[in-house]
Amino acid sequence: MQIEYIGAFDVVVGVLWRFWPVWVALVLVMGLSFAYKKKLGLYGQLFDSGVGIAGVGICLFWLFTAIFASTISPFDPLAQVSIMKDTLPGAIEPTSKLVYYFGGDKLARDVFSRMVYGSQIVLIIAPAATGFALMVGITLGLPAGYYGGKIDTVLSFLANLVLAFPVILLFYLLVTPGIMDTPIPYALAGLFFLFPIIFFCVLFWTRYKNRPDRLYILLGLTLVIGGWIYTGLVFDKDPLRIVHIDPNQLNIFVAVVFASSPGVFRIVRGLTMDIKTRDYVAAAQTRGESPWYIMLWEILPNARGPLIVDACLRIGYTTILLGTLGYFGLGLAPESPDWGTAIKDASRLLRSFIHPALPPTIALMSFVLGLNLLADSLREQSMKD
Amino acid sequence: MFSFIARRIGTILLTMLCLTLVVFFLVNLEPNLKKLAISQTEMHTSAEQLESWLVNHGYRQNFFARYGQWLGVLPKQPITDPATGKVTQRFSFCNDPVEPKFSGVLQGDFGCSTKFKTTVAAKLFPALGATGILMFWVLAVMVPISLLVGILAGMREGSRTDRTLSVASIASTATPEYVSGVIFTVIFASWLGWLNGSAASASQGITFYNFTLPVITLAIYGTGYIARMTRASMVEVMTQQYIRTARLKGLSFSSVVIKHALRNALIAPFTVIMLQFPWLLTGVVIVEVMFRYQGFGYTLVEAAGNNDIDLLLGCSLVSVFIVLITQLISDVGYAFLNPRIRVQ
Repeated sequence: MQIEYIGAFDVVVGVLWRFWPVWVALVLVMGLSFAYKKKLGLYGQLFDSGVGIAGVGICLFWLFTAIFASTISPFDPLAQVSIMKDTLPGAIEPTSKLVYYFGGDKLARDVFSRMVYGSQIVLIIAPAATGFALMVGITLGLPAGYYGGKIDTVLSFLANLVLAFPVILLFYLLVTPGIMDTPIPYALAGLFFLFPIIFFCVLFWTRYKNRPDRLYILLGLTLVIGGWIYTGLVFDKDPLRIVHIDPNQLNIFVAVVFASSPGVFRIVRGLTMDIKTRDYVAAAQTRGESPWYIMLWEILPNARGPLIVDACLRIGYTTILLGTLGYFGLGLAPESPDWGTAIKDASRLLRSFIHPALPPTIALMSFVLGLNLLADSLREQSMKD
Repeated sequence: MFSFIARRIGTILLTMLCLTLVVFFLVNLEPNLKKLAISQTEMHTSAEQLESWLVNHGYRQNFFARYGQWLGVLPKQPITDPATGKVTQRFSFCNDPVEPKFSGVLQGDFGCSTKFKTTVAAKLFPALGATGILMFWVLAVMVPISLLVGILAGMREGSRTDRTLSVASIASTATPEYVSGVIFTVIFASWLGWLNGSAASASQGITFYNFTLPVITLAIYGTGYIARMTRASMVEVMTQQYIRTARLKGLSFSSVVIKHALRNALIAPFTVIMLQFPWLLTGVVIVEVMFRYQGFGYTLVEAAGNNDIDLLLGCSLVSVFIVLITQLISDVGYAFLNPRIRVQ
């Protein structure tokens, strides 16, 4: 059977049209932010520069793409329509009359739909892993910088130990299929996921320890919600069956958190050592505040500027790490639509077909670029203050 | 200064000891040993045969005893057949000793590669040489370009040149090797046909045709980062009093930049370039796999994929050594270049 094609212009228009929910959401959010930018603080200031607008725009674009993925993509990312194998961009699928906008790959799947669904994997894992890395880095970096001495020596040595590993070697050792049979990933997950719970408990305890009415509510909420997510993620035994993570994904998640928390630790430690010499810290010490109160309620809020910038850059870096994992076929399922795996599959066949390679590469690059632009303009804005 | 370096070298040795122990533990996990046994024996071997292969090749000895043997603080034992009492070599293709002998890393013996059927040294050092050539060209491209871009951008902060170059540098830091490699291959190999999309022939002889793509692919990710750091350092220097004084004396802008600003602005990028090495190591792995160049990264992937224990340990040792030594050089060099900082 002969496959019919649509022209290049129709491909462009068709792709733009498929993204319609994203455009609507983007116009709404950007318009509202622009109108009220004076009242939105640091986020509003981003709209003062072209770089900032571009950064926010690109990040929101991929965020909405991930949210509306099922509406945007015409096909199931895993569905194979054998007649569409290696078709060029713009091929029309004979039964449904829908178009393979970016062509088909070697397993006859729609490249466009795979790119769209790939954004979901990246936008879930990268920010979440960065969040956990931040929690681990902050909880360990604050005491290391504040107390110094032995704690600092031990923690810094451990951090440097992890940083001395080339990332790729770490991944090859931690994300092999065999390691799923050992308790190592679960033990690491159990350790890392404990940090957010500890962090929030200490946070509320130091602030409200003299106001039991609020303290018990907040602590209770933290323990219930945290414990619920914890059992779901680490033991996969969520009683309500809502929180669930594949053992594969847990392994990747743990490896990425492991690789990026020492970096956060070093930044937080440096900032803490700088900020603890300020007058307001001395004032709090004179008031007789506890060390953890000073760390969490005096030092941490004043370190937020560089930390926000670092978080933006780090999400981009985590995206690159996820791509590296996919590129080496580590952890993620071979048919997974994430961008790294797609790049790996396509780059082996570059001599014959180039169209399956370009969408995931450009998607990954544009998302990281958006985050980097965002970070750059945040840094510029926070320097103005 | 001397005691500082001595202390740092002590830390480096301790770190290497800890890291190799961790790697040794991870590669000797039960599933990994199974994988090794399966890949080393014939197809469809029974579980008992796999187990006897592991026993016969010494993988069932005590964990710390084997680590000590690898390190060279315990004598390496030959394999004794329990039934006949006959002593055999552990791996015949590596000339393993037939009598107990201290032969570990400390004695310069890196062990035996099960995948390539040769000694680790025979495999690892030629690969390192090949990667060294690649690294040399990458640095030769990356350092001048990034310094030039950074200086041009930081010379006049906020100008149009600055903004254009800054966005370009940010874009380059958003392009990991597996992305730029694909894009460059598509443009230069598939469409234009100017360059070769594979560097497999570079082992025989390096030409512009087969070596350019790996080099620019590897260089592009670091270029943007170094350029950004150079720009920041240059911007800071350009606001200093002595630059204003030089300008007010009536010196031309170009001679102020070249004679007064450059030397001070290049101290910080030196550190940054040195600290790029850990990332370059990861990049080397990606680029060598992508362009099929038989270097260190390629060896590492082969070793990891086949759980080749001794080779993987050798690779980790080398990479960790490179990371730590460049950190040391960057610290010492920074103190050396910058007279305001003196190490206590």
